[in-house]
Amino acid sequence: MNEQDRNIINPFGDDKDFAACAIFGMMNTEGKRFGSKDPVRAMANMHDRGNGLGGGFAVYGIYPDFKDYYAFHVMYLSRDAKEKTDRILASRFDIIYDEEMQTRPANVRDPPVVWRYFVQPKKNRPKEQLEEDYIIEAIMRINTETGKAFVFSSGKDMGVFKGVGFPEDVAEFFCLEDYQGYLWSCHSRFPTNTPGWWGGAHPFSILDWTVVHNGELSSYGINRRYLEMYGYKCTMQTDTEVLAYAVDLLMRRQQLPIELVAQVLAAPLWSEIDRMEPKQANLLRTLRQTYGSLLMNGPFSIVIAHHGEMIGLTDRIKLRPLVAGTNGDYLYLSSEESAMRLVSPNLDKFWCPRGGEPVVGRLKTSKKAGGLT
Amino acid sequence: MLQQKSKPLEIDAKYQTRVKTEDKVVKINAEGLHFKELNGILRQVITTDVERIELHNVCGQRYLGTDLDTTIQIDIYGTPGNDLGAFMSGPKLVIHGNAQDASGNTMNEGQIIIHGHAGDLTGHSMRGGKIFVKDYVGYRVGIHMKEYQRKVPTIVIGETAGDFLAEYMAGGVILILGLNLKEGEKCVARFVGTGMHGGVIYERGEILEPENGTKTLPVGKRDMRVIEGLVKEYCSHFGADHKTILSGKFKKILPLSKRPYEKLYSH
Repeated sequence: MNEQDRNIINPFGDDKDFAACAIFGMMNTEGKRFGSKDPVRAMANMHDRGNGLGGGFAVYGIYPDFKDYYAFHVMYLSRDAKEKTDRILASRFDIIYDEEMQTRPANVRDPPVVWRYFVQPKKNRPKEQLEEDYIIEAIMRINTETGKAFVFSSGKDMGVFKGVGFPEDVAEFFCLEDYQGYLWSCHSRFPTNTPGWWGGAHPFSILDWTVVHNGELSSYGINRRYLEMYGYKCTMQTDTEVLAYAVDLLMRRQQLPIELVAQVLAAPLWSEIDRMEPKQANLLRTLRQTYGSLLMNGPFSIVIAHHGEMIGLTDRIKLRPLVAGTNGDYLYLSSEESAMRLVSPNLDKFWCPRGGEPVVGRLKTSKKAGGLT
Repeated sequence: MLQQKSKPLEIDAKYQTRVKTEDKVVKINAEGLHFKELNGILRQVITTDVERIELHNVCGQRYLGTDLDTTIQIDIYGTPGNDLGAFMSGPKLVIHGNAQDASGNTMNEGQIIIHGHAGDLTGHSMRGGKIFVKDYVGYRVGIHMKEYQRKVPTIVIGETAGDFLAEYMAGGVILILGLNLKEGEKCVARFVGTGMHGGVIYERGEILEPENGTKTLPVGKRDMRVIEGLVKEYCSHFGADHKTILSGKFKKILPLSKRPYEKLYSH
């Protein structure tokens, strides 16, 4: 985006970028893969929550034949950007296979060229650096240095598909009926303060971590500056991006369990901490003091996903909707009950999670305790 | 406004297969219809000689029951969308299922009877009429309800409520029964009555822990008459035994002040 565009979008140059939307998550905890039909129907049922300026899906388990390689989905807003990106990629990775992603004409606005690469890091990469951090470094370089190329998906055996259109149209554009996954996380956007552009659609991702978000993070500025200290560069012009990086930092790099991560992102109010047992109050006080800059202030409901796990969470006073349900091995998270009942009329269980309390679905085969908590 | 009831029902040709009339009961298949279309059909149907309407396969359509200036009963099967009965003035909506968020938003008159649970913001800014919920309700129920002279909005909750019940409540009645709670068990709801400055919450047993700025008092005879009437109505809708429910000990929660923020926003 050039300077002129940026000035039109945000003439004040202050970091204020917000959004509000519809979210849906569907996971099979046995790891059984399923198609796009139900997730897309559910999103189409919540059509009116979005306004066609952003729709997207994250799908897990889609590239079983390439599951050992990082799958990069890259959008190119100019030809020139592809040349630069290809040079960065070639210098850091062995490119196993690459192709233009299959798309078809659909009711989406100004689609960019979208490319898919299966890559593995070069053998001579710095040994003192974690492989994941090496990948993130490369993504941050592409996103910031090329100007018009954005890596919008970078995990193994998973993929993000997103763009400017209603989610059902974005699904049509990316031919999502050709993909099968065991976990789908979906989003329809209603941008309020930032442009509806292809990179600004949800899900936001880094490695195999994805986040879809309904709400707005008024703490974006402080979150962003904190994450920059850890090498995350925010280039997507939307608040939700910080959530994806915060989750990567806390859960992958620092290995905090989700129960604690929920208390960082949606920390209990000080007045509540004062009323707790001394031991718990101490823990929560320490968390708030250590991670004060990762408190997500403002209304939100989110679905966080990575391989083997899907997590639903709202802000501590539940200013955005989220309901949950199960049917057999399926876990559903949704902005609206009706969308969930449309795809699963006979739920075994339905509940409204309390503000700040995570809903966690895990693959039964994962090392951690499987099933639902 | 008096409705002209003699007209035959004229439905757009593309909706005709969805609409069936039997003995003055109009049945509409709402499957896949957008809320604008469905509410449009309802507006046409009520201009004819009809006694009751049934909506089948409802799934997320918003604003049902709005802009119908009549007292007709509408039975809704499925899951209606947000803002059910928004600005509604007159109809009786019977939901054979659950309701989503903001049912009865700024409702003026009529009834919403929900044979299940209801989401957040139920009765948001309600100014008249009644809402009965068989099971539980979500966060911020009755936020900024208000009353004026004889228009007293009322919400009856069979089980429990989420946080911020009666936030900024300015008038009206909320009755919470806690029927799913065991003896001595509390309703887990924080910040009940925050900013409340009018109206009353009746609770069955001391199940709520309201915020500072409210007071909990025993109920008087006049209160009990209101409670008895509402409990009997609840039981007539959902088939519970009113004597058992009324045997509980009721309390009322009132605001301490009509202007709780007077000192915060002083001149």
